[in-house]
Amino acid sequence: MPIERSEELGVKIGLEVHVQLTALKTKLFCSCSANYRGMPPNTLTCPICLGHPGTLPVLNRKAVEHAMMVALALNSSISPQMFFFRKNYFYVDLPKNFQISQYDKAGGAPLSTGGWVEFSVNGERKKVRIRRIQLEEDPARLTYPGTITSAPYTLVDFNRAGVALLEIVTEPDMETPEEAYFFLQKLRSILEHLGVSSENMQGSMRCDANISIMGGARVEIKNISSFRDVRRALQYEIMRQKQLLRRGGVTKQETRHWDEDRQITVSLRVKETESDYRYFPEPDLVPVKIPEEWVSKVASQMPELPDARKERFISDYGIPEYDAIVLTSSKKIADFFEECCKLYSNPKKIANWIMSDLLRNINETGMDVTEMSITAEQFIEMIKMIDEGLISGKIAKRVLRESIRTGRPPRIVVEDEGLLKISDENVISKLADEVFREFPKAVEDARRDRKAVNFLVGQVMKKTRGRADPDVTNKVILSKLEENRAIPSRS
Amino acid sequence: MHLNRLTCHELVEMIKAQTVTAEEVVEHVFRRIDEVESKINAFISTFKEDALEKAREIDRKIRRGESVGLLAGIPVAVKDNICTRGKLTTCGSKMLSNYIPPYSATVVEKIEAAGGIIIGKTNMDEFAMGNSTETSFFGCTRNPWDLTRVPGGSSGGSAAALTSDETVLALGSDTGGSIRCPASFCSVVGLKPTYGLVSRYGLVAYANSLEQIGPMAKDVLDCAMLLTAIAGHDPRDSTSAPRSPYDYTSAINGDIKNVKVGVPREFFAAGLDERVEKSVLSAVSILEDLGATCGETSISYLEYVVPTYYLIAMSEASSNLARFDGLRYGFTAKCDGDWNEVFSATRSEGFGEEVKRRILLGTFALSAGYYDKYYLKALKVRTLIKREFEKALAKFDVLVAPTMPILPFKIGEIIEDPLTMYMMDIDTVPVNLAGVPSISVPCGFVDGLPVGLQVIGGFFGEEKILKVAYAFQEHTKFNLKKPEI
Ligand SMILES: [Zn+2]
Repeated sequence: MPIERSEELGVKIGLEVHVQLTALKTKLFCSCSANYRGMPPNTLTCPICLGHPGTLPVLNRKAVEHAMMVALALNSSISPQMFFFRKNYFYVDLPKNFQISQYDKAGGAPLSTGGWVEFSVNGERKKVRIRRIQLEEDPARLTYPGTITSAPYTLVDFNRAGVALLEIVTEPDMETPEEAYFFLQKLRSILEHLGVSSENMQGSMRCDANISIMGGARVEIKNISSFRDVRRALQYEIMRQKQLLRRGGVTKQETRHWDEDRQITVSLRVKETESDYRYFPEPDLVPVKIPEEWVSKVASQMPELPDARKERFISDYGIPEYDAIVLTSSKKIADFFEECCKLYSNPKKIANWIMSDLLRNINETGMDVTEMSITAEQFIEMIKMIDEGLISGKIAKRVLRESIRTGRPPRIVVEDEGLLKISDENVISKLADEVFREFPKAVEDARRDRKAVNFLVGQVMKKTRGRADPDVTNKVILSKLEENRAIPSRS
Repeated sequence: MHLNRLTCHELVEMIKAQTVTAEEVVEHVFRRIDEVESKINAFISTFKEDALEKAREIDRKIRRGESVGLLAGIPVAVKDNICTRGKLTTCGSKMLSNYIPPYSATVVEKIEAAGGIIIGKTNMDEFAMGNSTETSFFGCTRNPWDLTRVPGGSSGGSAAALTSDETVLALGSDTGGSIRCPASFCSVVGLKPTYGLVSRYGLVAYANSLEQIGPMAKDVLDCAMLLTAIAGHDPRDSTSAPRSPYDYTSAINGDIKNVKVGVPREFFAAGLDERVEKSVLSAVSILEDLGATCGETSISYLEYVVPTYYLIAMSEASSNLARFDGLRYGFTAKCDGDWNEVFSATRSEGFGEEVKRRILLGTFALSAGYYDKYYLKALKVRTLIKREFEKALAKFDVLVAPTMPILPFKIGEIIEDPLTMYMMDIDTVPVNLAGVPSISVPCGFVDGLPVGLQVIGGFFGEEKILKVAYAFQEHTKFNLKKPEI
């Protein structure tokens, strides 16, 4: 963490993650399609999700099963009977001006309570406790022409209204923004492996964070739409609160909005006093019984989760634990790795190339791993080119970088840019002669000290933009140094 | 012959036998509507052309020998809080004065599937909040027995339309007596089914956990026929009971020998009009004469039912009615402000006094710090009351009581006094709190004004209450008396 050791600041971070259950065909309480992405606004609606008078919700049982899978994966204990509650508040995105949600007070029971997620932060194990997991309906999507503050009007798209949403609330167990980031990464990988949420989770996973410093008031940060921004928002908030405290100020309990464009948190200044949602049991839905048999049926159909997959990677592919952790931090990467291993049995090398170059380049472009276009076939083709001596490792790094940035397959990059390795001794010999002429001093040094040979090799490399085969070049230069021993230097 | 004066069971036979046509029946009904509607104001909207078209379709089917349903060609008036696809559904409110639902309630679909013909939508207290039909945005419905008096409510339009022969059958909804009260005041039959027997899908919610749609008719057999058409499980209503279709007319035979009738003494306490008491007690002795065994019983906590009922109903209402903000449908106030101001203006102008009063009280009761004190406590009392009914109905087949403690009152007489208004529900709301079925059947007249007898049954005991009500009706024939309009 760039700021300070946060233990000294007594930072406590808790997260409230909202995950859309996008793998479901229909919404939580009606039969409208839940797959609204890319659909024209207000085309996936019906009287129920538009909140027409007289309509009644009917629970999507499949949504409960998907939610149960998440609860099981997060070691959370599923309530034998759960209830839906109404959360009452007026807002334009709520068709009924109340949200059907769950509640853990007033005799209510959410889908599950307790649980934990274990993950690794820079090689250290960390465990964050889960407080509860609940099912609720997503409100409509609002769009503002321009910015939220300056827009002359708001557009409401009810396609999203009623999509099944899972709220996962953690205990305030995280102490650094880094930990929050890795928690989310692990959670995301679990969700991806469960197959309950679409692979490209853009917008299907939203996060609110709460943070307190040195036992101060709890500040909530809302509207954080990406993982990276969770880290940034928390870093910003720690900095802001720290400065406030340093100047003798006091943090006050408030809700702040993450302004993605300006990368700062801003106080919402909502006139709203302490929000009172007037929760009460939803009279149109009956309590949902979740008998043990249902839980075990769902449990028996659970797919392999990241932790198990990690262990399997270690034993099946013989890669180190650290590598296995990184590779299973995203389903897409883990799948990619396994596909590669099927095509070419050199897991260690594949793992190295994925971890060092593929992921780094993806991160640098600000892309999400789910957006990468390179296929396992293309990637293996490149690794094979290295192993067959067609390109050097150094060239391969360049090729991969180019490939990720442009989306062109590595082989095409190699061909387009003439990057095939030069192993022809005659070609290298001619280049070596040029180098010998240009750097006579270095040639003399090299005769005395073999370590100086590297400089000459490097110069040949430079002339070929790295394409010269380092072994061949080395051999050619050494033999030239032997040949030229008798020839007196011109200087 | 005035076909509109006949009952459903009479007309269905005639229509099927082709002695009359459905079209003639519908014509007669609309002729009557034209005749008396200006005096009664039972309807908010009517669908004459559509109804005639549907009637002709039924007639064609009959002529072709095709099978037609239980209610073939029978005009049915539907309370205006029950959604009818493509047809105005106002809930008696300015808020929905332009609302045309994109779907039909399950009961409407069932009636249409049974060959029933929806002729119009009936007047009601705004959002079913009232027992006089005076809070309707469309003006009060008048009691056909005395046009200066209220027809009861909130299904006052449906009851008055039956009494004045403007329809053959009608649907009402009963949250705290809204079917039984106007049935009693207008001298017709109205049944509040067991909670969960009839689908609520398409009923604009006032208080979800209390209300049911129910049949209203000119006699008990008709009431049973309409119940048969609308009852049964509906997957669109999660609170609907998993019960298969049943013919409720099958149990009606007039024989109530050895039926055990309980008379809960609390229903005959202070506040009950002596004249009503006399009528109801004479009804009890008639039942005894018919072979029933009557005995006194008790329903404790009756003094708490009104506050308990209103706390639950208002709390649920405050949430149910939140959706009326003018954004997606219904009335929108002219207002240039932000969403918050538009919502406020819409709700200030769109809702009437009584609705606002109940929303405010309900919002208060659910607020942090008051929830336990009011809402939760009301739920506990509700459980106690339910147990009282279970206890009493373990000993007796049915319970009898007055439907309303008073006679139909003058329009404008009580409307300014909400507490007095609420107290009139004392005999009807306990039934909704318990969730049991109850029927109101005409039991005589006092000074030309009707009195209703309430017959209350155990859970899904519709058969028994219909049976008792029918035996009583066949002996007394109060159903045959008609007012001069
Ligand atoms: Zn929908």
